[in-house]
Amino acid sequence: MTIKVTKPAPPSDDKRWKLVDVTMRRNGYYGHALIETLHSVQDAFGYLDDVAMQYVAQSLGLPLSRVYGVATFYHLFTLKPMGKHTCVVCTGTACYIKGAGQLLDAIYDRFGVRVGETTPDKQLSVMGARCLGACGLAPAAVLDGAWLANQRPEQLVKRIEEVINDEH
Amino acid sequence: MNIDELRDVAEKVREEAAKCSHCLRVCTAAGCQSSGAGAVVEGLKAAVGDNPQVQVKSVGCMGLCSGGPLVEVESREGGSKVMYQKVTPGDASEIVESLGGRPVERLVCPTDIPFFASQQKIVLENSGVIDPEEIDDYIAADGYQALVTSLTEMQPDDVLREVTRSGLRGRGGGGYPTGLKWSTVAKMPAEQKFVVCNADEGDPGAFMDRGVLESDPHRVLEGMAIAAYAVGASRGYIYIRAEYPLAIERLKTAIRQAGRRRLLGLNICETRFSFDVEIRLGAGAFVCGEETALMASVEGLRGQPRPRPPYPAQEGLWGYPTLINNVETFGNVPSIIRHGGEWFAGIGTENSKGTKIFALAGRIQHTGLIEVPMGIPLREIVHTIGGGIPEGRTFKAVQTGGPSGGCIPESHLDVSVDYDNLRQVGSIMGSGGMIVMDDTSSMVDVARYFMDFCASESCGKCVPCRVGTHEMHGLLDKIARGQGTAADLALLEELCEVVQATSLCGLGQTAPNPVLSTLRYFRHEYEQLLRPSDDEKPASGGQVVTEAKS
Amino acid sequence: MIVPATPPKVRVVTLKIDDKDLSAREDETILEVARQNRIAIPSLCFLEGLSIWGACRLCVVEMKGSSRLLSACSTRVTEGMEVQTNTERLRHYRRVILELLFAERNHVCSVCVSNGNCELQSLAQSCGLDHVRVPYRTSVYEVDPTHDLFRLDHNRCILCTRCVRVCDEIEGAHTWDVMGRGIGCRVVTDLKRPWGESASCTGCGKCVQVCPTGALVSQGTSAGEMRKDRRFLPYLSQMRGVR
Repeated sequence: MTIKVTKPAPPSDDKRWKLVDVTMRRNGYYGHALIETLHSVQDAFGYLDDVAMQYVAQSLGLPLSRVYGVATFYHLFTLKPMGKHTCVVCTGTACYIKGAGQLLDAIYDRFGVRVGETTPDKQLSVMGARCLGACGLAPAAVLDGAWLANQRPEQLVKRIEEVINDEH
Repeated sequence: MNIDELRDVAEKVREEAAKCSHCLRVCTAAGCQSSGAGAVVEGLKAAVGDNPQVQVKSVGCMGLCSGGPLVEVESREGGSKVMYQKVTPGDASEIVESLGGRPVERLVCPTDIPFFASQQKIVLENSGVIDPEEIDDYIAADGYQALVTSLTEMQPDDVLREVTRSGLRGRGGGGYPTGLKWSTVAKMPAEQKFVVCNADEGDPGAFMDRGVLESDPHRVLEGMAIAAYAVGASRGYIYIRAEYPLAIERLKTAIRQAGRRRLLGLNICETRFSFDVEIRLGAGAFVCGEETALMASVEGLRGQPRPRPPYPAQEGLWGYPTLINNVETFGNVPSIIRHGGEWFAGIGTENSKGTKIFALAGRIQHTGLIEVPMGIPLREIVHTIGGGIPEGRTFKAVQTGGPSGGCIPESHLDVSVDYDNLRQVGSIMGSGGMIVMDDTSSMVDVARYFMDFCASESCGKCVPCRVGTHEMHGLLDKIARGQGTAADLALLEELCEVVQATSLCGLGQTAPNPVLSTLRYFRHEYEQLLRPSDDEKPASGGQVVTEAKS
Repeated sequence: MIVPATPPKVRVVTLKIDDKDLSAREDETILEVARQNRIAIPSLCFLEGLSIWGACRLCVVEMKGSSRLLSACSTRVTEGMEVQTNTERLRHYRRVILELLFAERNHVCSVCVSNGNCELQSLAQSCGLDHVRVPYRTSVYEVDPTHDLFRLDHNRCILCTRCVRVCDEIEGAHTWDVMGRGIGCRVVTDLKRPWGESASCTGCGKCVQVCPTGALVSQGTSAGEMRKDRRFLPYLSQMRGVR
């Protein structure tokens, strides 16, 4: 017996929902595709809001609280919009031993944000990673997807400033 | 595809390569890419121009990450090889001009140093040699021969016997005999079974799996397919951390290419065996490296472990028998089938066979990936292969096994590395991360760091781990700040014992290990930081520190 | 004529719990068998009829031949098994686990509506927990009083997930789940909206009845919540109407 369930319409006519739909369709709208789907929402929109979680829950036939539980369990998912630029500082063992803490302190001194925070002007979000697997290049950071190896505090802060100022 | 077609492909690739006089290999694994390998490839290609005699190839990890970007020049006549380190795009024309003449001295990276000479490569044999995005390159290096041989000439039982005979043990950390695991899954009567590759390399300080997947992804796929054939599974999942975008990309390419060559999918080699592989992305949870948590995550749930038994081999994904092995374990399988279990068992020690990949990092001269035979003395890894401690500092401890492992001091550096020996000195093999610390590292600080890690990675399901790691971190923090008393240290040790004994999964059970091992070898560092307790202090009428205790 | 018996699907095994010889069906757990035989093993997350969670770790027992402790609620019995449920070591571990629970959130019994009807409280008493040495976390959690009939007090929650399981497995609503990770875990309804606004909650009250502590309670039970309702005194309005 098959029960035909009509899929809900996307919350808005934003084209990015198409990407989310593609992921769910490819996985046959099975509930076990939840994490993949949340990844695609975050890739498309940058974060997960209530509207998106509601839409995903309805489409995959999952309880709302289940979706919320999964979205908050995994550290890569964020429920808040991120800044224009993101700087991920690795805080793995090798980077820790070689001074990842000083990198974070320097960022705080210059931009006033700590791990998990975004500057009030929404220019920069700082994130920590539990190991980027680049221990041979410690301490490492990733700025807007670009790898930065063997960072010194003043060097990293300068790079971030350059990236932000390039916009203006 | 059968064995002859496979040989034809290999032959064609070799003929193509023989036409060139020189081959320039550029490491484009994540390490070298972050130091600018992409631009080096472009620079070399531009310098070579349309000269058909010179081939520029993007390859996987060459190991010595601290020397990146690395370029290897091989000349066909004589087969001589030169390795260059810290190459910039500006060096490209100079390198190309030097071909056939004297190498560019100032860039040469000596390859007769122990870092390269002491290694023995099985899993990494193709790393830094073949192009990871070209299946034909892998086939030319005898790739997929083991799978085709297994399917066409061996019964599943023969494969099981070969793997059992090899003595291979799980490379993810536990060291469970692989042959036994496979046989258990094979014996389960079930219409559906799964094979899962655990690529959720979450240990801070470990990047072996990333190295393998970025350099030789087909090897892992081949190992999984052989395992699926042996245990009777038809579907596979690779659970990989989302933090490894390059590895994910290369795996996707590899799966697509293998499918096109009919080495994955329906009726492989015109046999009745079919096998499909799907990638599942992690989302930043260390605990998902634990088997049962990993399965929950593949099913789209919160990555929380469940009590074992039943083991995944009995009731795994969606209740079906499931074989879960680590990337490196699967990476050993094609070589074992190709050369036989006897050959593999001839390498290593009595109870730990084969080789092991380690990721060297921290306060050490040469950082990067190495593959060495089991049983090698730890001292040789640190001082000979790793080149010792830089900046004239002295060695203090080496941390193995990540947050589940321990710190090994100078006095135990002569221990030979295998599963049992490392456990005896209070650490574990783990997945292979090795962080070297010099005399500037405070061991209490290191213990606090790992406890902070465990507390923030605890899934929150069971009480001892959820609250215990948090409380232990609080006590360690207090001691590290010089606020702790002897009573705090005693309570910390008591909590270590309880959390170790009663936690639900491996994360909680091993979370106290870094504390216990540093206490075992560096107790004086803790004791130096203690302050006298309030009742020991002479009554002075000065500031009274009261701790809220009930 | 005697029809030969079909072989039974489930076998019966013999085992020892606390040196007592017992027999049991092999699909039963250590905890079930112990309770049938009046051997008390403390537990909090276990509840008959719900799926096994195995998280409170209070029911851990020692088994001969195994260096690891096993949770009695999740481990099935096997032939010849020898189990100890009440050694000095286990009693010590249980006390520390209870200490950790008391330190995690506010469990001051004297101001709790479940005082005297609390499984955590009675376990602490039976395990001989007279004081807590582990530093209290003293984090303040909110109280959600938005539901018409029930109230949620996170300060009393021990995250046993009985509410989550009964809501999902028995009521079929799945209003509850757990959010966050580690020490930051807490139970939530729907997308962490106030319980009173939950569209999926049926108001059945099963979660309140399975809660072992004072985290989920009926409205109108806390101190100061007694409201006088004059509608129960119709003569007053009649008197006023007459006047």
